[in-house]
Amino acid sequence: MEERYKKVAYYPGCALEGSGHAYNRSTKAVGEKLGLDLVEVKNWNCCGAMEVKNIDPKLQTYLSSRVMSIAAKEMGFDTVMAPCNGCYHNLKKAEYDLANDPDSVEVVDRLSKKAGHETYEAGEIETIHALDWIKQAIGEDGIRARLENSLKNLKVANYYGCMYTRPRHIFPEKDQGPDSESTTQPHFMDDLLAAAGAEIVDFPLKTSCCGGAHTLSDSDTSTKLVLNLLRAAEASGADVIATECPTCHSGLEMHQVRAEKRFGVKTSVKILYFTQLLGLALGLKPKKVGVHENISDSMAFVKEKGLA
Amino acid sequence: MPIHEKSLIRPENLLTHENLEIEGVDVSGHWSTFIESRVVTDYNEALEDEIAALPGGENIHRCWQCGSCTNACTVNALNPDFNPRFWIYLVRTGMEQELLRDKDIIWQCVSCHKCTYVCPRDVVPEGVMKATAHWLELKGHRPKSPSMLFDEVFSEQVFATGKIEEGRTLRGFFKRTGQPLTQDWLVEMIKRLLRHLPVKLMITLGLANVIQPRTRGWAGARAAIEEYVEEQEARQRQALGLDRPPATGAERPLAEAAE
Repeated sequence: MEERYKKVAYYPGCALEGSGHAYNRSTKAVGEKLGLDLVEVKNWNCCGAMEVKNIDPKLQTYLSSRVMSIAAKEMGFDTVMAPCNGCYHNLKKAEYDLANDPDSVEVVDRLSKKAGHETYEAGEIETIHALDWIKQAIGEDGIRARLENSLKNLKVANYYGCMYTRPRHIFPEKDQGPDSESTTQPHFMDDLLAAAGAEIVDFPLKTSCCGGAHTLSDSDTSTKLVLNLLRAAEASGADVIATECPTCHSGLEMHQVRAEKRFGVKTSVKILYFTQLLGLALGLKPKKVGVHENISDSMAFVKEKGLA
Repeated sequence: MPIHEKSLIRPENLLTHENLEIEGVDVSGHWSTFIESRVVTDYNEALEDEIAALPGGENIHRCWQCGSCTNACTVNALNPDFNPRFWIYLVRTGMEQELLRDKDIIWQCVSCHKCTYVCPRDVVPEGVMKATAHWLELKGHRPKSPSMLFDEVFSEQVFATGKIEEGRTLRGFFKRTGQPLTQDWLVEMIKRLLRHLPVKLMITLGLANVIQPRTRGWAGARAAIEEYVEEQEARQRQALGLDRPPATGAERPLAEAAE
């Protein structure tokens, strides 16, 4: 168990203030229920998401470094937690580039000085995902001990997406033996939701792409990719897909509707954030974890499964 | 590089003969393929350097054509013509005209990073795809792709305010690409969302639409970023030879001068 993860800097990111608000709500509610302390990064900015790197990759590095600079230097934290895969990925990528690429260091230093804040230097803070946070600060035994409403009636397909594991080199702590996360077969979400009583189905597409980067600019491609995921989850026997990224989550929800409208293909698998499922298992009410804020309507579903 | 690409054989160069006998053997019909030989004279020797000068393309020279990228590719699984290894090959050999045949699909890379994960040479094929798509647009071979327009709408907002408000990005993108906002699936999605959405949250999201969320004290960062963007754009245009002054009379090719 990591004691220092019990109080971390919290970087929600832009999506969690918009389409991903249910993820924000459920992450905070679960943290509170588990006695974990989240302190929001002051005056944070966008990490650059999937878009700024296409204008210039070093600008993404700068944007992410500014967030880490505030969390480490102004607020004195040694750990920053980002629930969004995109934010998590970009902070990790910036950390890697600043440790390995002198050009990135030079650009970030130049921009930070001009912008009027301290330059972030590699190694000053550790970036973790919400999965690392709960898995390392509470663990499976901790979840079992606090279980109030087992997910035993649920069959769950865990969907991790792209940015949580790829490319490998920006995640040096992964693939380091049995207790670490795997980049080919990630399992932290499986571990936590299994501890919460859910039946985890064998889902072969757990790290496949949802087309999130082109969800609006090449919608047909995204709809096809999402349909692959939804159908594979249904074929695996899942009632619900658990997600850990606001872009994946809203992509699955949007293109589930779009597939119905444009291609006439209807799928009925439910889509919930892993923090929503975990919250329900810990005895939180569906509204407390924002189930009513999802596009895909799961209110009746969670009641039917005895989780409300 | 001894790679022989089937797709390099243009359909118009395939030869079939209804009646052809060679040294007593009947070779009529389609059982064997004859290809009209051609001489490629339109190599662009600067092509690899130009792609390498754009962000993401830096490592293209490392490729040894193993094909792991194409094998892992998400988009290739949907469209076999989407072939990162082949395009890297064309860029490195300077076959610009062949590359241009695929100019309208290269931007479709979804940045899933599967190629970068499997690449044994750290080429970062995802970056090369972005650089190539960017090159096609800078050189005027095609208009800006919907993806590029989205990246621009998004980045402009981040540079200006430090943050993104999704409603604004969405509207900005539909406006810039000339699409109506009333897409059937978008309307259906909003209808479903409104069924349960609490009034308080609707007000919060509505307010974010009116009062744009922004990072406090962002002016310094904005100025620094805008200066950097300008500097990089100038550097890229120079690397691609886009800013050369127009040729004067004496240097102008004869045919052109005669007009």
